[in-house]
Amino acid sequence: MYVAVKGGEKAIANAHALLAKEGRGDPGIPAIGRDAVAGQLPVLVSRVMTEGSLYDPKLAARAVLRCQGDVLEAITLVRSYRTTLPRFGYSEPIDTAGLAPQRRVSATFKDIPGGQQLGATFDYTHRLFADPTSDGPVDTGADAVPMPRVSDLLGSDALLEPDRAADRTDPEPADLTREPTVFPMTRAERLQGLARGDEGFLLALGYSTQRGYGSTHPFAGEIRVGEVEVEFDAPELGFPVPLGRIEVTECQMINQFTGNSDTPAQFTRGYGLVFGRGERKAMSMSLVDRALRADEFQERIVAPAQDEEFVLSHADNVQAAGFVEHLKLPHYVDFQAELHLIRRLRRDFHDNAGSKQETNA
Amino acid sequence: MSAQQIEYNIGYLDEQTKRMIRRTLLKAVAIPGFQVPFASREVPLPRGWGTGGVQLTAAIIGSDDVLKVIDQGADDTTNAVSIRAFFNLVAGVPTTTRTEDATIIQTRHRIPETPLGEGQIMVYQVPIPEPLRFLEPRETETRRMHALNEYGLMYVKLYEDIAKYGHIAKTYDYPVLVNDRYLMAPSPTPSFDNPKLHQSQALHIFGAGCEKRIYAIPPHTDVESLGFEDYPFEPQNFDQPCAICGSTGVYLDQIITDNAGGAMYACSDSDHCERTAARADNEEAAT
Repeated sequence: MYVAVKGGEKAIANAHALLAKEGRGDPGIPAIGRDAVAGQLPVLVSRVMTEGSLYDPKLAARAVLRCQGDVLEAITLVRSYRTTLPRFGYSEPIDTAGLAPQRRVSATFKDIPGGQQLGATFDYTHRLFADPTSDGPVDTGADAVPMPRVSDLLGSDALLEPDRAADRTDPEPADLTREPTVFPMTRAERLQGLARGDEGFLLALGYSTQRGYGSTHPFAGEIRVGEVEVEFDAPELGFPVPLGRIEVTECQMINQFTGNSDTPAQFTRGYGLVFGRGERKAMSMSLVDRALRADEFQERIVAPAQDEEFVLSHADNVQAAGFVEHLKLPHYVDFQAELHLIRRLRRDFHDNAGSKQETNA
Repeated sequence: MSAQQIEYNIGYLDEQTKRMIRRTLLKAVAIPGFQVPFASREVPLPRGWGTGGVQLTAAIIGSDDVLKVIDQGADDTTNAVSIRAFFNLVAGVPTTTRTEDATIIQTRHRIPETPLGEGQIMVYQVPIPEPLRFLEPRETETRRMHALNEYGLMYVKLYEDIAKYGHIAKTYDYPVLVNDRYLMAPSPTPSFDNPKLHQSQALHIFGAGCEKRIYAIPPHTDVESLGFEDYPFEPQNFDQPCAICGSTGVYLDQIITDNAGGAMYACSDSDHCERTAARADNEEAAT
């Protein structure tokens, strides 16, 4: 006997109970705590914070657990919570030159003032299934050596384009999460979109620019990971007060130069900044940022990564996941309409074929 | 319950894979400069970090071999140290930093300053094997261009450089014509090193892991860097000597020494630099 599918309350409740059971696993094994996730899966938590646009490791850890490790679900959860929070204002720009790097590498110079610092990284770990050696001496090396940005070193020789043109003002950036977006965007808005964008998507786009689809040909000028202080300037106080510290990963890419007979050749840059430890994302972001600046440098737009509208309309994984997954929702009515039409078209086709045969005969 | 012990084959790759790579290599040697596709494998470092070079080394290395690994010319850079440690672990072969003692030299970006000899093999880690890639991103097109010996596009690019900047603006991965037939990317070695490829006594093999290509320059092969009659190929050169060992005519690294833009220049080939400096010290002590 055929029973039409009806989404009853009971079905939903049962589905949720089953989901919870699947997520709990073997009840004989202790459940993972939020602190364990925050402390032992810091890279995952960083990603959820970055793409969820909310710095809160505990909350992100809770989202990861709640979503059984489904990153996109966790990001959705964090973002949905975020919109319920009142906004008091905007913090001061963070000063990444002042951060005491836990990790700092430059691929452009063998030695730099302040030195290179490998820090906590998967680089150079051979991906072998062997027992990790965790008992070595751990020197976090967080000495107070000043570490000027590599881009500033190059910039002092005018080899690298300045952060912004001398005659350009720095208007308050628009807030992508509060204001409607209109293309073309400002670079500040674009960077917000990229920071929230899906790591996998940006990685693929960044990779495509390296392989020749909108060649950006970069050098990693500097990648640094560390904690910075966040300050908030409350108008009634008249001076900025520190709110606390956050961990960030910053990447400055140095790209092929521009220049012609009128202006001397200069390297150009791409920029990436994410919460926590997220080098892959910060690097991808800076590749795509540079590719999207094609207009500024009168470059031909020939590749997907250079197309602002294409990139930013599809970078948001919460949007993308929602729209792809909405296909699971019932579409009985529109499908019925299509069915009706296709049946009619087929009938017409056969009728015509029939009458043609008659004419031929 | 204890975790299952995992053991790796000698040289890391399994024997069938090594055989497949050696066959590809034979074809590559037989057609100098031609990119031979191969079924690249995952190895325990990220794609693009020298996986092609690692696979080539793994396929040819034997117990008689002595391995040297350089990155940016230096034996002491992190990536070189890491890959050397890897082969020491999985192949159990001796390693060296002395160019002439090595039978296999895996490299990223440099050809040693010490001239290579008969029987030595240079293994290159190649990120982008296709010299035409940045002019034409599609592989289907570039393969056709190679087949037809149609390299006009590259000459146009070099011509445009001259028109725009007054000289050819290609500083590394400078395209070469191998054995008068195939246009080849010498991997991101600086153009300074290009002349070392011409009629070299050593075998040069190139592995691109991501892009799944292997190609080669057999010993005693003509390798010509592209240029024009009136704008011939000119390798980069340096005016000053190395600040540490005093060598001239070698490739130098810029080392930033202070925040005010101060810098010194020293050999990128650490083996060459150390030995030249030591020799100078000895001579000084003798006199």
